[in-house]
Amino acid sequence: MQAETLQLVTIVAESVIAEQLLAGLKRLGASGFTVTEAIGEGSRGRRVGEVPGDNRRIETLVGPDVAQRILDLLAERYFANYALVVWTTDVRVVRGEKYR
Amino acid sequence: MNLVDVLTANLLSPVFLAFSLGVLARLAHSELRFPQDLYTSLSIYLLFALGLKGGVELSHASFGSIAGPAGATLLLGCITPVTSYLVLRHLGSFSEADSAAIAAHYGSVSAVTFIAAQSFASTMGSEPEGFMPTLLTLLESPGIHIALAIGALRVSGGRPVRETLHEILTGRTMVLLVGGLAVGFLMGEKGWVSVAPFFEGGFKGALTLFILEMGLVAAERLGDLRKVGPFLLAFAIGMPLLHGALGATLGSLAGLSVGGATVLAAMAASASYIAAPPAARINLPTANPTYYLTSSLAITFPFNVTLGIPVYYEIARLVHGA
Repeated sequence: MQAETLQLVTIVAESVIAEQLLAGLKRLGASGFTVTEAIGEGSRGRRVGEVPGDNRRIETLVGPDVAQRILDLLAERYFANYALVVWTTDVRVVRGEKYR
Repeated sequence: MNLVDVLTANLLSPVFLAFSLGVLARLAHSELRFPQDLYTSLSIYLLFALGLKGGVELSHASFGSIAGPAGATLLLGCITPVTSYLVLRHLGSFSEADSAAIAAHYGSVSAVTFIAAQSFASTMGSEPEGFMPTLLTLLESPGIHIALAIGALRVSGGRPVRETLHEILTGRTMVLLVGGLAVGFLMGEKGWVSVAPFFEGGFKGALTLFILEMGLVAAERLGDLRKVGPFLLAFAIGMPLLHGALGATLGSLAGLSVGGATVLAAMAASASYIAAPPAARINLPTANPTYYLTSSLAITFPFNVTLGIPVYYEIARLVHGA
C-alpha cells in the first residue's frame, strides 16, 4: 500500500480553549483529530494548568496548506494570551487521501 | 451563645478541621493527592444530592414563601458583580479585564461555601429553609454574566453572549443542580425515601472529604499571595464581609429565618471557583488568572469557612433581633 507525506500538527493547550481550537481546525479544513489529556510544565510555568482542568494534546493529519492556516490562526488569536505549544512533523501516512 | 462560642463551634466542625488538614498536608509537602476523577465524582454527588433534596423541599413550599427570598437573591446577583467591579476598577486601579474577571467570581457563588453554611446553620440549631438550593441556582449565573458583559463592553475581542450563556447553563453545576431540583420536585417525598440512604446518609461524609481536597488545592495557591498585592488581599476579605452583611439583611427582610439568612449571606459573600474561572479565561483572556483564582480560592474561601459564616450568622441574628 502506498504511503504519502502529510503534516502531523500537534497542539498542547489549556483545556478551556480545546473546544474552540477543534472548531477552528474543522473550519480550516482538518478532516479529523485525536484529543488526549496531557500534563506538563512550560515556560509559563503553572499558568498552563491554573484554571482547573488539565491540558489537551490535539493531533491532526493535514496537508501543508491547512497546516499553515492552523499555525496562522494560533499565532493570530491564541499565542498572546493562552498557554499553548504547537509543532508540525512530516509523516508518512497510508490512505493519505482521507486527510486532504 | 456569643460570637466566640459560635467561632469555636465552627473551628471544631468537621468542615473546618478537614480543610485545615488539607492545608497542613500540602504545607508539609505530603504526597497526598486526590485523583481528578474522585474530585469530579464527589462534586457530582454533592451537587446532585443538593438539587434532589432541594427539589423535594420545594414541592412542599408555597409560592408566597419563596417569592420574597428569590427576589432578594436576584437583587444580590445584580448588585455583587457591580460593586466588586467598581471597587476593583476605581479604588484598586485594576485593568478593565482584571476587574471584570474578578467581579465575575465574586458575583457568582461557591456551592461548597453554600453547603458549609447550611451545615453550620443546622449545627447551630437554625435549620435553613428547605428551598435554599433553589436560591443557589438563581445566584449562580447572573453574577458571571453581568461582570462578563461589563468586560465585553469595555474590552474588545469578546465572544457572543449566547455562547457564554450556553456554556454556563449547560455546565456541570447547573445541570446537576437544576436537573436535581426538577427530579426532586417531581418525585416528591415518596421518591426521596428510596434514595435518601445514599444521597442523605453519605452527604456530610462526602462533603468532609471534598473539603479536605479543597484544603489541598487552596494551600497550593498560598505561594501566589505575594503576587496579588495588599489591595486584592483586603478586597478578598472586605468584599465578602460587605456582601455577606447585605445578604443577611436582605434575606432577613425578605422573610428568611436566621439559618436561611446566614446561608444567603454566605452565598452573596462567596466567590465561585468552578464555573467562573473557565468563563473568565475564555471571555477575558487578557485578565490574569493568578488574581481571580488566588483571591477566590486561597483567600475568600478559607475566610468564609473559618470566620465569615459565623460572622454572617451573628449579623442575621442581630437583624432578627435575636
